[in-house]
Amino acid sequence: MVDNAPKLSVRNLSVRYGDKQALNGISLDVFPNEIFGIIGPANSGKTSFLRALNRMEEFDANMTVEGDILFEGQDITAIRNVYALRRKVGVVFPLPVGLPMSIYENVAFAPKLAGIKKKAELDEIVERCLIRAALWDEVKDRLDALGSLLSGGQQQRLTIARALSQNPELLLLDEFSIAVDPVTTMRIEDVLKELKEEITIVLVTNLVQQARRLADRTAFFLESELVETAETEELFSGVVKDQRTRDYVEGRFG
Amino acid sequence: MSLFARTGLDEHNRRVEWLVKTLFLLMTVLLIIPVALIMGILIQRGAPVLSWGFLTEVPTNGMTAGGIFTALIGTVWIVAVALLASVPIGVAAAVYLSEYAPDNWLTRAINLAIINLAGVPSIVHALFGLGAFVVFFGFGRSILAASLTLAVMTLPIVIVATRESLQAVPHAFREACWNMGATRWQTIRRVVLPNSISGILTGVILEVSRTAGETAPIMFTGAAAFLPFLPQGVLDQTMAMSLHLYVVSTQVPDVPDALPFGVALVLISMVLVMNATSIAFRIYLRNKRKW
Repeated sequence: MVDNAPKLSVRNLSVRYGDKQALNGISLDVFPNEIFGIIGPANSGKTSFLRALNRMEEFDANMTVEGDILFEGQDITAIRNVYALRRKVGVVFPLPVGLPMSIYENVAFAPKLAGIKKKAELDEIVERCLIRAALWDEVKDRLDALGSLLSGGQQQRLTIARALSQNPELLLLDEFSIAVDPVTTMRIEDVLKELKEEITIVLVTNLVQQARRLADRTAFFLESELVETAETEELFSGVVKDQRTRDYVEGRFG
Repeated sequence: MSLFARTGLDEHNRRVEWLVKTLFLLMTVLLIIPVALIMGILIQRGAPVLSWGFLTEVPTNGMTAGGIFTALIGTVWIVAVALLASVPIGVAAAVYLSEYAPDNWLTRAINLAIINLAGVPSIVHALFGLGAFVVFFGFGRSILAASLTLAVMTLPIVIVATRESLQAVPHAFREACWNMGATRWQTIRRVVLPNSISGILTGVILEVSRTAGETAPIMFTGAAAFLPFLPQGVLDQTMAMSLHLYVVSTQVPDVPDALPFGVALVLISMVLVMNATSIAFRIYLRNKRKW
């Protein structure tokens, strides 16, 4: 664990969709350069947590967010330029989303939005991000091909390359391996281990063992509540306070 | 008795299956009969009058001889001006309704209004155009007044087609863009519109056919039964194919039998050529982009 100021500080966060409570009073800290795992069964509020971090409620009239989210100590609801916030936060969804444009354009999209116009600079970003997402060797000869026609595993690495192209300080991954074969999953996991040297990662996963392999600390969400947060090794070695956590990681429910 | 022998129930199901399939096939064939008949009769009876002169000469002898040049060009004017007015407005409205509008009473009222607008009979649009564009805005009987009347009438076609095709673009694409810090407009311009352009074109194709063929709305607002010259601008009156067809079919004595069929054949061919062009363009676009 890293002992400096938290990258992300969440206090008493609640998310509702209409009348349906999705997240109920969560408080936690994520520190720089760690992989913070979030585990929990379906409908426990994991995805809502990620959506709130990116202020996605502004695109969903039904979604209300209460509580405080501090990004490097700054309240994100007070950030006027929400687009700059979203550029600092990269997101990878459960199902790969290759935008219906060329592979090159997929990765160059965010840099272009940020105002980068020079071809040489864009070329460099595209190559660097595709290399880091372990996709470069497979696509370097066909960067003009449609990103949406790649295989599922390739599209997911393309999505990661795209998230990296924003130069994010925080990378959010939402069950990224659902539609990906085991070999690709392992390759992406290796990529994540390297990435954490530079950025902070929040990894939502429904694979308990994935959290164990990757996360420095892990939080357990259950029925819209945060049950507890602990060092991942403690969580899996049974040194946890809550019986429900132990039952979940040992596969007795969920 | 063998394992897979047919029971009475199987036999019954098989007969029903055959009956249903044949019935549906028959209905489908019925569908093409009117189209085939119309085209067949038009070609058989109208083809003899077709010539280069028919297309490039003005009508003469009280419209019983000569060509249809002024009506042909007039229809091109009317369709072009109507599209210039309705496509930008329709597409912008559809983008707003699909991408920006919150789900509240105002949005629902607008959607209801669009549906109702589509159901208004064309003669009512004609009277509306006469009151609004000819008299109130003072455009007089002119191409502008006629085209705006047609634009109002065909707006629902563009709006509905555009909105449907925008909504066919997967929501995940939008979320992906928003998460990268794109604004709604950047998302629409870079991802949503390029991928719905073929659906929007379909709406425009439908609109062109409708606009070129309508008679009532332009009769009071800007189309003249006979003019010996071409319009010089949008404030001039003009002849139009649809009205010309109506006039030579019913209003003028001693028209040669073949003439109205020739006019109808040219009108239909015009629409078909425009449709074919747009369809070809649409296929080209669709092959370029997919997901």
